[in-house]
Amino acid sequence: MVAFANILVGGVFHAAVLFLVAAGLQLVFGVQKIVNLACGSFYALGAYFGITFIGYAAAAGMSPWLILPGLIVAGILLGFIGPPIERLLRSVYGRDESFQLLLTFALVLMFQDVFRFIWGSNPRSLDSTYLIYGTITSRDFSVPVYNLLVIAAAIATAVGLGALLQRTNYGRTLRATAENRAMAEALGVDVRRVYSVVFTLGAVLGTTAGALVVPTAAASLDMAIEFVIEAFAVVVIGGLGSMRGALAGALIVGLIRAYSLVLYPELEVLAIYIIVITVLLFRPAGLLGRPVV
Amino acid sequence: MKLPHAAIVAIAGTAVLALLPLVAPPYYASLMVPFFGYAIALLGFNLLFGYTGLLSFGHAMFLGFGAYGAAVVAGVFGIKSFEAVLVLVTLAAMAAALPIGFLCVRYVGIFFGMLTLAFGMLFHSFLFKFYHLTGGDSGMRVPRMNILGLEFAKYNKIEFLAEPFYYYCLALLVIAGLLMWRIVHSPFGLHLRAIRDNARKAEYLAVHVRRFRLAAFVISAGYGAIGGAILGFRVGLADPELVYWTQSGQLVFMAVLGGFANFFGPIVGALAFTLLQDQLQSLTQYWRFILGAILALIVVGFPGGIVGLAEGLRRRRARAA
Repeated sequence: MVAFANILVGGVFHAAVLFLVAAGLQLVFGVQKIVNLACGSFYALGAYFGITFIGYAAAAGMSPWLILPGLIVAGILLGFIGPPIERLLRSVYGRDESFQLLLTFALVLMFQDVFRFIWGSNPRSLDSTYLIYGTITSRDFSVPVYNLLVIAAAIATAVGLGALLQRTNYGRTLRATAENRAMAEALGVDVRRVYSVVFTLGAVLGTTAGALVVPTAAASLDMAIEFVIEAFAVVVIGGLGSMRGALAGALIVGLIRAYSLVLYPELEVLAIYIIVITVLLFRPAGLLGRPVV
Repeated sequence: MKLPHAAIVAIAGTAVLALLPLVAPPYYASLMVPFFGYAIALLGFNLLFGYTGLLSFGHAMFLGFGAYGAAVVAGVFGIKSFEAVLVLVTLAAMAAALPIGFLCVRYVGIFFGMLTLAFGMLFHSFLFKFYHLTGGDSGMRVPRMNILGLEFAKYNKIEFLAEPFYYYCLALLVIAGLLMWRIVHSPFGLHLRAIRDNARKAEYLAVHVRRFRLAAFVISAGYGAIGGAILGFRVGLADPELVYWTQSGQLVFMAVLGGFANFFGPIVGALAFTLLQDQLQSLTQYWRFILGAILALIVVGFPGGIVGLAEGLRRRRARAA
């Protein structure tokens, strides 16, 4: 029972991070119809930059208690890379999916070497400063408060995104553009600007997720290509383009990983892809997506 | 008009490749072995991508079938004849591709890509996690095999790869290319192109769309396994990295680099990629960045790839003359 709770929190923590990256993927796919393989690279970028940022901030005398807000700021600061990359992607809008996939794949390759150039090939990590927030312990059960704070931040992001998309005028504009680009443009929506904003928002979700995860795990060169494939599993299970789907998918993948690691490690990744394939075969639109025609 | 031109290109290309080991140092000749492997795999890949219009993002799975198949057949069962290995892995890959393809070809576009990606990653995680069966991340050893029943025992590995095995692979590529040429220019190939250009119309004309897509998928799987067996033989190892999704991305990269709209495009792409990667790797540790930049440049500016570029130049010169 105690182990159960430990695994549960671990799984939900993983799901929270996955959700942030997958939400970025969904946003970009929903509005721009592009599967952005580089979202894993944004995640890795956030992780590396988070380490550097916290290093400088600590040297400048930042209280270790500010590590969580500091990392969020680091993630958001990276938003500036969104517009130029979106500018590059503009050349493949409306072209064959293979070209869109390949262009983002090219970004993945380039980012990997940018990381190698700036941060070197060895994994980098923050030492366990995040434990400053303390640990909740009762008998065998123990969970770092930091992990709970990250889960809370992800929930807040989910609520915020939902409110933005459903309740605000700008959200209506985004949804209208996703629904019918030409019609939205005819009604006076500045689609170029919307695309730029959406892509940047998607990038920030990824970089923030990476920054938040870095106190608990090292940043490495492989994290981008490993994480994007997991985020991809999340959006396929949840349904391409669906925000609620990203949430459900992230929980499913996060919990399955956590439990299978304990129960039957061989199945860890295997189980996820079996679910992905099952979902694609029986409900290609995903659990919460709209049916594809 | 079209056929003689293609024949000239093919014969000239084969002649250049045949002369290469005589002039180039053995290192370069052995470097060409992976090129042959990729080129054969890409011939099959392009039947699916260029001719049928289905982008598989999990095609490295079949390279894995070839390499691991060679490791199992030659290493575990001790069948040291490479021909037998090729036949067995091709049949195994095609047999595996039948149910996988049956499930995948129900979709097109991005969903087909995702489903193949998922199957590829499923296979990868099987290879990676089931350590006692597959050796996990350290992979399985692919022993040296004999070709055409000859041992070539006096050659060391590099010499063997640079001379007998080089010509062997060249012959395989020529056979595979001729066969693919026949497939593409048969009524079957025409059906595939009709499906690519307008699947609904093809269906109205009584083409069994899914069955044809499945056939293309299965054939491309067989080609992939042959390519994978060559790759595995060269390195002497079958490891899960060969099946990872980035490897599938690399196959798409090569096809687009050469130009998937042309029959010879994938072969040119495999050649350009192999040479480029080798040169860049010896120049800088940041070769991925340069490859990525080249890929981005091609996608944005030259979607026809190298062959498309060359044809454009030829046409312009013809117009000027």
